Parts: sequence; C-alpha cells; structure tokens
Amino acid sequence: METYTAMRHFADSWGLLAMTVFFLAVVLFVFRPGARKAAQQAAIIPFVEESARHAGGKPLHTFPHAARKED
Amino acid sequence: MKYTFEMLLLAVGAFLALIGAGFAQDRPFGAHMWVLFFVLIGGAIVLMRRTEFRPAIAGRAPAPQSEYFDEVVKYGVIATMAWGVVGFLVGVVIALQLAFPDLNIEPWFNFGRVRPLHTSAVIFAFGGNALIATSFYVVQRTSRARLFGGDLAWFVFWGYQLFIVMAATGYLLGITQSREYAEPEWYVDLWLTIVWVAYLAVFLGTILKRKEPHIYVANWFYLSFIVTIAMLHVVNNLAVPVSFLGSKSYSAFSGVQDALTQWWYGHNAVGFFLTAGFLAMMYYFIPKQVNRPVYSYRLSIIHFWALIFMYIWAGPHHLHYTALPDWAQTLGMVFSVMLWMPSWGGMINGLMTLSGAWDKVRTDPIVRMMVMAVAFYGMATFEGPMMSIKTVNSLSHYTDWTIGHVHSGALGWNGLITFGAIYYLVPKLWNRERLYSVRMINWHFWLATLGIVVYAAVMWVAGIQQGLMWREYDDQGFLVYSFAETVAAMFPYYVMRAVGGALFLAGALIMAFNITMTILGRVREEEPILGAAPVAQLAE
Repeated sequence: METYTAMRHFADSWGLLAMTVFFLAVVLFVFRPGARKAAQQAAIIPFVEESARHAGGKPLHTFPHAARKED
Repeated sequence: MKYTFEMLLLAVGAFLALIGAGFAQDRPFGAHMWVLFFVLIGGAIVLMRRTEFRPAIAGRAPAPQSEYFDEVVKYGVIATMAWGVVGFLVGVVIALQLAFPDLNIEPWFNFGRVRPLHTSAVIFAFGGNALIATSFYVVQRTSRARLFGGDLAWFVFWGYQLFIVMAATGYLLGITQSREYAEPEWYVDLWLTIVWVAYLAVFLGTILKRKEPHIYVANWFYLSFIVTIAMLHVVNNLAVPVSFLGSKSYSAFSGVQDALTQWWYGHNAVGFFLTAGFLAMMYYFIPKQVNRPVYSYRLSIIHFWALIFMYIWAGPHHLHYTALPDWAQTLGMVFSVMLWMPSWGGMINGLMTLSGAWDKVRTDPIVRMMVMAVAFYGMATFEGPMMSIKTVNSLSHYTDWTIGHVHSGALGWNGLITFGAIYYLVPKLWNRERLYSVRMINWHFWLATLGIVVYAAVMWVAGIQQGLMWREYDDQGFLVYSFAETVAAMFPYYVMRAVGGALFLAGALIMAFNITMTILGRVREEEPILGAAPVAQLAE
C-alpha cells in the first residue's frame, strides 16, 4: 500500500478514534465529582496575587456576589 | 561592565551582515543585509552609550530584583501601540491604492509590496507584540512567579522587533516567498525560529517555576498558541535556499501539497495566533476589568480542548473547488462548521462573566470595548463557518466578502480586545491612578466600532455584487461582464472602505495620545462618565 493511502486510512480510523476518545475523556474529566470546587478555586487565580500583596495573604476577593449555580 | 556579551553579539552580527552585503548573490539580498547592518550597528551604539566602563565597585550590591519583570512588558505595550498605528495607516493607504491606482508608487510602494506590509504589521507586529507583552504579564501574575530566564525576555522582545523590521523592509525591497502571512524569506524565518524557541523557554520556564499549583486557563491558551505557531512556522517554511547569500528559496513541497501546507498554516495562524492567543487575553483581562471570576471555568476548559481539536482541520476550506481531493475539502468544511460550537461557547463564557455587572457596559468604556470585542468574535466565528460551506463559498470565494470577514474578526475581535487590555495595563504598569482620559476611550470605542461596521458592511455588499457579476451568464451561455467591468463597479465601495479604515485609524490615534499622556503622568480634567463612581478605577 502506498504511503498516502496508508496514512489516509490510519487518519480516518485509529487516528480519528484516538482523538475522539481523548476529547471525550477530557470532557468527562471536567465533570468528575469534585470538579466544581476545583474550578471555583482556579477561577479566582487572577485575583489571588493582588490580595497576596495588599492584604498579607488574606483573600480580598471571595466573590459571594458572583457565586453562580454553574460553577 | 554591563551589556558586554550583548554588544559583542551585535557587533559580530553587524560584521556578518556586512559580509553578507559584500558577497550577496542578488541585489535585494545585498540591500537587505545593509539594512540589517545598520540596525545592528545602531543597536550596538545605543548599548555602548548606556553602559558604564568604570570597574564595578566591590561593595555595591546589585539592584534588588522586583517581584515581577515588567520592564519588558512596558516596552511591549509601547511597541504594540506604535506598530498598531503604523499597520492601520498602511491599511488605509492600500485601501486608497485600490480605489485610486495612481497612488501605487513603483517600485517600493506598489500594492503588491505594501499589502503584505499591512498584513504583517497588523498581525505580527501589532498582534504579536500584544500577545508577547500580555503573555509575559499574565503568566507572572497567574503563576505568582517572576519571568524565567532573566534577560532572555529582552532577547525575545528585541529579537522579535528585528524580525518585524527585516520582514517589513524585505517586502518593500521585493523579497518574498509569496506564502500568505508567511512572506519573509528563509533567513528571516530562521531568525524567527530562534526567537520563538526563546519565547517558549521564557513562558514555559515561568510556568514550571510557578507558586500557584493550578495553571490558569489563560496560560493554556497562550501555551497552545506558542507551541502551535512554532510547529506551523517550521513546517510551512521548509524550503531550500538557492544560495546561502541570496534572497530566493524554493518550497520543499510542490503543487497541491504546497497549497494545502500553506492553508494549513494560514488558517491555523488565524486559529492559534489570532484566536487562541487573544482568547487568553479575554480569559484574564475581562475578569480583571469587571472584577469577577470567569463565568464558567469548566466551560473554558472544554472551550480550550474543543478549539484545539477542531481548528487544526479547518484549513482546507480555503481550497474549495481546487485540485485538493474532495474528501479533504469536505473535511475542512465539516470541521469549520463544528468549530462554531466551541467558538460560541467561548463567546458566551466571556460575555456571561459580566452577569450581575452589566451596568459596567454603560459606565466603564474599557468593559464596553471588551464586550464589543467578544461580540465581534461571535459574529466572525458565525460568518466564517457559514462561508466555509461549499455552496456559500462558491459565491464568496475570491471576492471582497472574504476581506470584510477577516476585518470584522481582526479589527473587531483582535483589535478591540487588545485595546481593552492596553487600557487596563498602562495605568497598572506605570503606577498611574487612572488613564489620562476615560472619555477619550469612549471616543475611541465609537470611532473604532463605526469604522468596523462601515468596513464590513461595505465589503459584504461589494463581495456579493462581485460574486454575482462573475457568475452571470446570458441566454447564449456567455459571461455578461468582463473582469475589468467588475473591478470598475467596485470603485464606490473601495472609497467607502477607506473611510471605514480611516475612522478606525482615527480611534487608534486618539488612543496613542491618551496612552502617551498617561505614561507621562498627566491627568485630564473631565467630567466622569455618567453613573460611574469617580473612584471606580481606584477600587479596581
């Protein structure tokens, strides 16, 4: 089998399958139990460094007003 | 003595450039090497004037290191603004050249040479500097670590400026390898590869020494942009130079393979340079400016992986109805349409970050600019998949509709989000209480938005008219219009397009003035925006 045909067959069979499985695994991983809490902590990373400098490590931003159902 | 190694390097580089100029195999290469020689020797002289030749005093301790390395970010912000103004100005010039062909000044300033100057100036000089500067800023804050590699970040910044200067002067001299968005010839490409590897080292090094356990999503986007651009750049520019002292090279690919390589590169330059990198800005600067965490962090992760997995396949939609195998065209089309979902997921995530704070769209012009940017991201990522559908493409391809689509994305999304980020950054970087003028941001916002709307709407009309004229047959089966007639019919649209571009440029000039005044420490006496507390900026 010439290289072109071999690669093309690989791409639309095992290659496609591997990537789809990887992607679905990522999506499942994002919705694993406990992911909501981890995501909430990650989402405030941009605000952590300022509070670290201005309030001696005490979090300035707790965002109770921005608490959302989704996360 | 400071800068010893840097000065030596520049002097040796200048000497090599001089040799290159002397033994050049063709005249453009010789001229280009002279340009390089003067740039490098100029850099060496500047460094010599800034150095001290006195022996270092033993007792004097070196200046203490600050928490973050922001000096290079400041340079990056200024470079972004300066290149932006140049790029937009050149854009207006070429728009006028299309309307009034007498403005083509041969040989250096005709459309064919100035057009790549425009695209490279806005994408790589304006956009690239914005990406490098903001990525250095964001990765330090979200990793709570100083930039890795010390002066390597300076090398990245100045090396990248040298790449821009060499690319731009090369175009005007007529040196091009004629690959869309990758026109620089082999030796400039090699230089960019070196700079890019250094960029990756600085960015990845900072992430590796981070104090924050989790890698914030903006850094994922930045990293994917850096890594993918490295891969795209190297593969797309595989070429064999005719001579090591000449400006001509030949691509390693031929025929349709070459075409597909170019558009695999070209579309992913859009996907990873102009989308992933700027989404990183969105995921950091919008939460910071509205003072709320991103709407859904988990959606941002799915957005990331979906974008990565789909964008890379969309390139073939640039080659519909060509010699490219039919399955590849269909693949490109299908993935482009699927791409709509992650794009809109990201858009919704960006917009919904404002939920509960929508009043800021009215009271904070920076937020308004960022929201408009995300809105244009949504519009452009709806239009793109639609245009990639083969039947739509048969009408839109090769017409000015494509140009309109590109500009609604580039001016609307990339331009406005960059402006928003710069407005956010400048007072922070230079320790100013607020910007020189908040009202001027409002002027900038409306000029830019109006400019984009005029530009895009005019190009839709022009493109569809063009497409319809090209395909119109009479009852005998002959084409109704000659090509020259379709060109002449475009004249009023081309004039209106130049007006739209000029409005956008005017907004950028106002911004440049505002930024300059802020850096100089001036504050304009002005009424606060209605509804905005006067301390709104301070509280942030």
